[in-house]
Amino acid sequence: MRIKRIWAVVLRQAYLYRRSLPRLLEVFYWPMVDLLLWGFVSLYLQRASADIPDFVIYFIGALILWDILFRAQQGISVSFLEDMWARNLVNIFASPLKIQEYIIGLLFISILKVTIAFVVMSSLAWLFYSFSIFKLGVSLIPLVLNLMAMGWAVGIFTMALILRFGQEAEVLAWAVAFLFMPFSAVFYPVDTLPPLLQKIALFIPSAHVFEGMRILIDKKVLSIKHLSMASALNLAFLSASTLFFAKIYRTARKRGILPKIGE
Amino acid sequence: MEILKVQGLKKVFNSVIALDDLNLTLSRGEILGILGPNGAGKTTLIHCILGLIEPTEGEISIFGKDLTLHRSEVLKRINFASNYVSLPYSLTPFENLMVFAHLYEVKNPAERCHRMLRLFELEHLCNRPTRRLSSGQIMRLNLAKALLNKPELLLLDEPTAGLDPEIARKTRDLLLKLARTEGISVIYTSHNLKEMEEVSKRVLFLKKGKMVAEGMVNDLIRQYGTASLEEFYFKVIGHED
Repeated sequence: MRIKRIWAVVLRQAYLYRRSLPRLLEVFYWPMVDLLLWGFVSLYLQRASADIPDFVIYFIGALILWDILFRAQQGISVSFLEDMWARNLVNIFASPLKIQEYIIGLLFISILKVTIAFVVMSSLAWLFYSFSIFKLGVSLIPLVLNLMAMGWAVGIFTMALILRFGQEAEVLAWAVAFLFMPFSAVFYPVDTLPPLLQKIALFIPSAHVFEGMRILIDKKVLSIKHLSMASALNLAFLSASTLFFAKIYRTARKRGILPKIGE
Repeated sequence: MEILKVQGLKKVFNSVIALDDLNLTLSRGEILGILGPNGAGKTTLIHCILGLIEPTEGEISIFGKDLTLHRSEVLKRINFASNYVSLPYSLTPFENLMVFAHLYEVKNPAERCHRMLRLFELEHLCNRPTRRLSSGQIMRLNLAKALLNKPELLLLDEPTAGLDPEIARKTRDLLLKLARTEGISVIYTSHNLKEMEEVSKRVLFLKKGKMVAEGMVNDLIRQYGTASLEEFYFKVIGHED
């Protein structure tokens, strides 16, 4: 055992983290998300466990729906990372492919990933917990579409950040969606959140989707109010993320980042 | 016929001038060699021509069309290979070529891919993951990808680096044949000056982003009173220093 050699291993990681804000943020990002998420779940259970009509539907349904958002986002940002890791982005961007075509191609991958994940999760939920997500009926469709739209918006935003900050920002591909999780009120109603966070949740499309899901389970009706809010916010999210990506892409071409990304 | 025209090209990264007032033209079937030490701006020039980097000033026109206005249309007719760019390792050579055949809208893609694999002696490896290929085989795959769309303009950034002498010679012979028979125009960078002398009739010497010499290889050698392109290279470097 040589202390210097062990120190070299520590030093290698320390150098890496010293210069990389995304990596540094990740150190306390996940504990913070976990604390917020499970803290609010515990609060909700403490306050209303006796009043929750169907525990299994609430939680497993929410989990399956959240995964739709997450997979939709991953379908965009991780597919982009695959090209970056393969040092293939120069080949892609030097081809006649237009950036819009590239994004639409990634959307198709995202739909495929979501479909596979949805089939697997809903089958396992039915097999192990006798829970069928299809109990929610056709009203499930607009909820799913809204979650996918939000996943795409977050995915395009994440892709722009990776394009801007390069390989060191790749952790964002797994982290950004979870930033929205506590505010999305996935496993508890929005009114469980403190007043300030409730106000933030008003502007998060997924919060309206999950509120809509709970109303659908409780009252068997699709809340048009929450559906409209989710759709309008998603439109804004998608427009903003696409404009942000277009701006970053233009800047990347100006600053010569495109050929260097992934190095 | 003029394939490429670069006028007053300037690229500044922060305050560093990577390319400074560069002018060049390239004719059909011509192979132009770009010479220069590391950091001279050779790769930046290629990236500007590919539309990967937006110039600070100047114009690039390819096939008589402004690159910024007709990017996709122009890129369909050109291609490139670089020793610094790779193809996805988890795909097989055939799958990699098929992806690019579709990107370049190649007719009969499968047939064309097999033809390119045969040309670069990779046919027997076509179903093996690319990660299991040697670096020379990967470079050959890059070259196969670069010729997939029968480009009229080919940009090659150190294409023979990593190839064994026999394959490097075959690649050079192929480029010369393509330029002669198909009229493909080529821009070629290499640190192998013997190879450059063999392939290019005309060279352009870049240093710190500036064009410090340009002309036919024989004329430059004569003009600088040297015996070879290699001697010319060191003389130009010495002059400028």
